[in-house]
Amino acid sequence: MELYMSLSIGVLFAVGVYLILTRSLLRIILGTSLLTHGVHLLLLTMSRLKTGAAPLLGEKAAAYVDPLPQALILTSIVISFGVTSFFFVLAYKAYQKLGTDDMEQLRGQDDEQ
Amino acid sequence: MSNNLLVLPLLIPLCTAVILLFMKNRIILQRWVSMIGILLGAVVSCCLVMQVRSEGAQVLHMGGWLPPYGIAFVADMFAALLTLTTAIVAACCLLYSFGSIREERERHYYYPFFQFLLVGVNGSFLTGDLFNLFVCFEVMLISSYALIVLGGTQRQLRETLKYILINILSSTLFVAAVAYVYGVVGTLNMADLSLKIAEAGQGTILTVIALLFMIVFSLKAGLFLFFWLPGSYSAPPAAITALFAALLTKVGLYALIRTFTLIFHTDQIDVHNWFQWMAIATMLLGAFGAVAYDDIRRIMNYNVVISVGFLAMGLAVSSKDALDGVVFYLIHDMLAKALLFILGGLIVQASGTSSLKQMGGLIRSYPLMGGLFFITGLAIAGIPPFSGFPGKFLLLRGSLGEEYYGLSAVALASSLIVLYSLIRIFASAFWGERTEIREQPPVIPNKSLMPAIALSVLVIGVGFGSEYVYGWVSMAGDILVQPADYIDAILRSR
Repeated sequence: MELYMSLSIGVLFAVGVYLILTRSLLRIILGTSLLTHGVHLLLLTMSRLKTGAAPLLGEKAAAYVDPLPQALILTSIVISFGVTSFFFVLAYKAYQKLGTDDMEQLRGQDDEQ
Repeated sequence: MSNNLLVLPLLIPLCTAVILLFMKNRIILQRWVSMIGILLGAVVSCCLVMQVRSEGAQVLHMGGWLPPYGIAFVADMFAALLTLTTAIVAACCLLYSFGSIREERERHYYYPFFQFLLVGVNGSFLTGDLFNLFVCFEVMLISSYALIVLGGTQRQLRETLKYILINILSSTLFVAAVAYVYGVVGTLNMADLSLKIAEAGQGTILTVIALLFMIVFSLKAGLFLFFWLPGSYSAPPAAITALFAALLTKVGLYALIRTFTLIFHTDQIDVHNWFQWMAIATMLLGAFGAVAYDDIRRIMNYNVVISVGFLAMGLAVSSKDALDGVVFYLIHDMLAKALLFILGGLIVQASGTSSLKQMGGLIRSYPLMGGLFFITGLAIAGIPPFSGFPGKFLLLRGSLGEEYYGLSAVALASSLIVLYSLIRIFASAFWGERTEIREQPPVIPNKSLMPAIALSVLVIGVGFGSEYVYGWVSMAGDILVQPADYIDAILRSR
């Protein structure tokens, strides 16, 4: 199972990096969100994949699953959700004001105000 | 043995920000409330520093969960001094923004974002947990995204896109590094990590993780990977840039220092050598930038880069002297960079342009401003009796003591370049004939020089009282050299 997870994480990273290296702003944003998905899966995989019980005291306590990575992933998802939506709004605003979403043209000169 | 005082440097700005959200249109009230919030924070930080001095490092276990399970907040002398400096710098930047930020931005939640930024900065200094460090970084970064784009000029929008992209990438790598650490060591508490890594020895996989952290924090600090910095920092208004230059890169540096003195201190790979080359490259490239441009904002931005390289030098050497020097210089640099950017903003405001070629003759109308700028230049270059000297002296004594001759030579040369670039600004802005860009040059009231005067007094005071300040700095340096004290403080309360 870990192998499949690793492969899909690798694919997500590769696609994310590819998208970030393109020129269109929209693709870049999608690339960053794929990249964060990849990282979340990585976080899940790194804590060993196993099926067990909830981490509560009781008869099944011995077979508990570590809840910490899930809490971390939840936090990270919330943060990346917020940042991605902000990025989208910013991209839209920038497109309206600058008239382009091509990163080559968003380079900018040094001396302008 | 938890100390609840530790949460106040986060809680005060957070509550202030929430209160400020409800006063959108009452600008005068917003100013008062945010100033009171920051001053309260400064008082709390003072208490914290005093307490750390008398009782050693203070710890707070959130929710009573003991390490390694809960999230710990730790204030050692280093973190406490930095929160105090943050509060002082923030107060001055806030005072400066009253006169320069303009009503449009003030109405659109400038002050709440300012406070949220402080939550993130203080949180990063005080946290004792690696994932919590990530969260505090994000709090700080998200507020900085909002601050940098606030106002929405074309230039700001364009630069913010790049700034956000680079920071999302480095945050992603940060989470990946945290995931690896958790997978390998099984804990995220910094003290516990330090113990477990010291016990198990640093294997190959931990070396990879250490390098990943190095990349992440170097991106945030602008150490070698600073290509995003000069562009982004010249987009927003001067008050915001002053805040960023004084605080944001320093938080990245703090994280570097903390991780590499506490967690990855038993290094088998040559981390110090890496830091040495990165510091040299940063100082050289920053120096090229500082002399290459004629735009005053660009020159100041490259000065930020040089000082980051200078601080990384202490990390490369890592002796007691060098780490004392890092703490001293970090405190000096936060004060001096805020001062430099505030004065730079005032110069641009007074002359109506940021190009060195078009300004001149300001000394006749603004003698005080000229004097302050001259002092700032000398202080940043490290000329006694100002505050830059003791830090530079300690750093150089440390690096010469450990026989890093090449590194010391580059550092000294870069100090000269810093002096040259700032004196060049001084000469072209204040000397020469007054060139008229506008029909009526704006008159800057003396009260907008207030924050600059306050910071200058501090810079001079820290310089003259360096013997006294060194007592505190040395305590901070001790804990960096001997992380065992820090670990004890967290784990003893079990």
